[in-house]
Amino acid sequence: MFEAIFTYEFLQNAFAAGLIIGVIAPLLGVFIVVRRLSLIADALSHVTLAGIAGSLFLSQSVAAFALLNPLFLGIAASVGGSILIERLRSLYKHYEELAIPIIMSAGIGFGAIFISLAQGFSNDLFGYLFGSVSAVSREDLLIVGAIAIVVLAFIFLFFKELFVLSFDDEYAKASGLPAKWIHFLFMIVTALVIAGSMRIVGILLVSSLMTIPVAAAMRVAKSFKQTILLSIFFGEFSVITGLVTAFYFNLAPGGTIVVTSIFLLLLVIGFKKISVSMKKGAVA
Amino acid sequence: MDAPLINIKEISYEYEQTRALENISLKVEEGDFLAILGPNGSGKSTLLKVMLGLIKPTKGQIELFGVDSKNFKHREWIGYVSQKSNSFNSGFPATVEEVVAGGLAKKAGLFHRLPKNYKQHVKDALVSVGMEAFSGRSVNELSGGQQQRVFIARALVAKPKVLILDEPTVGIDHQNVQSFYNMLASLNRDQNITLVLVTHDVDTVTDRITHVACLNQTIHFHGFKEQLHTMSDAQREAWYGHSVRKIHHIGGSHSHV
Repeated sequence: MFEAIFTYEFLQNAFAAGLIIGVIAPLLGVFIVVRRLSLIADALSHVTLAGIAGSLFLSQSVAAFALLNPLFLGIAASVGGSILIERLRSLYKHYEELAIPIIMSAGIGFGAIFISLAQGFSNDLFGYLFGSVSAVSREDLLIVGAIAIVVLAFIFLFFKELFVLSFDDEYAKASGLPAKWIHFLFMIVTALVIAGSMRIVGILLVSSLMTIPVAAAMRVAKSFKQTILLSIFFGEFSVITGLVTAFYFNLAPGGTIVVTSIFLLLLVIGFKKISVSMKKGAVA
Repeated sequence: MDAPLINIKEISYEYEQTRALENISLKVEEGDFLAILGPNGSGKSTLLKVMLGLIKPTKGQIELFGVDSKNFKHREWIGYVSQKSNSFNSGFPATVEEVVAGGLAKKAGLFHRLPKNYKQHVKDALVSVGMEAFSGRSVNELSGGQQQRVFIARALVAKPKVLILDEPTVGIDHQNVQSFYNMLASLNRDQNITLVLVTHDVDTVTDRITHVACLNQTIHFHGFKEQLHTMSDAQREAWYGHSVRKIHHIGGSHSHV
């Protein structure tokens, strides 16, 4: 594959986008997991599906949409979904989790309608659902790159506030941090990462790249910063291994990336168990 | 004369048509160690949240360091330690040092990194709560009492002038409660940190505090702890809702309830 990367532009795009997503998805995923928002990522990915399907449908009937990258409407839907989730969470203060199934069902519902209204994009849709090695265009790569800049700038500028908010949101509010605004921006950035990642990992599996590497890192990390670094390492390893496997065996990269990350997680859990029992044995 | 550090003026607070606080006025002066006492549901934690600006009162005004709380800019002057069980995200993968450094976030300011010598500030705060040896440990590995000390260090690291604590001994075993309050008393005495505390540990805390506020939706008593015995039986009953036994210590000037 490494020789092929230098030969084919589509592989260069897929590989570069994969490497970028391998950093930003687990990086933001650490905050998503520790803030117990993993299911929100799932809900947003389904809203993105509605946006993508809507754009593909409109491209058949409205000339202006034929030239528009479906990713843009996907991003718009994802960002809109994140705002709606926040509105619903504040409306149902005692049942905040209700927002997730509502938005997720809305995403699937609209997605299903657009898919059934429009015919003939099943191949495109398969790529959006499970990721694709061949479908990443140079424009997609530029969008992913722009999203990565936004994510990295956001984390760099608000790292200490995000840390405090994630650890203890009441303390963050009491100490006068603009918790509400930072959370709002966090949701927007999450929506951007989900929309950007789905070209490689696919809509149905995008949240797994934000959570499984983090789950593995949390088993072995000794500090928060170590959790971030290990999550990125596991994320990158999964993306690279998954893309290479997908290319050679003609599989959907979303599947191979996620299965690799699951194997990594199992390995880490096993390693942790063995090291704990060895320590206990040494003490006894 | 300096303005009170906290000046609550005729505060009322209603939540879902239930009156939680009614016409509360309370001043906290520099150097006070104030315990807010009251039965369950008397509005103690709500009063603290109003002081901290976490909830807005339906009526009344709060001044912090002589400034209307709406215009008060120096939140880092007020440290806060919440009930552990209510707030802290258990299972969070962070070291004690990382958690305590989080206390400097507001002081450093938005878009600014922590000061270069932040590790020294963290170390100093951990020393003052006797937790310096735990700096590199994961906060999840600590006992309830040790975690609360870490949270106090997080509040102290920004060098607050007032420390507000909401039932800080919840989840701490009885043996460690005494040493916990001794530590608070030494912060008040040696570092001149004004303390406001909501607690149920009336017997344990009475020896350390300077002031008492008896709350049950409204303030039934506020003053030096030595004056607590001046409350009439009728006032005590109105405060706690049933008969409260008053115990005079032999040779002591203060009373317990």
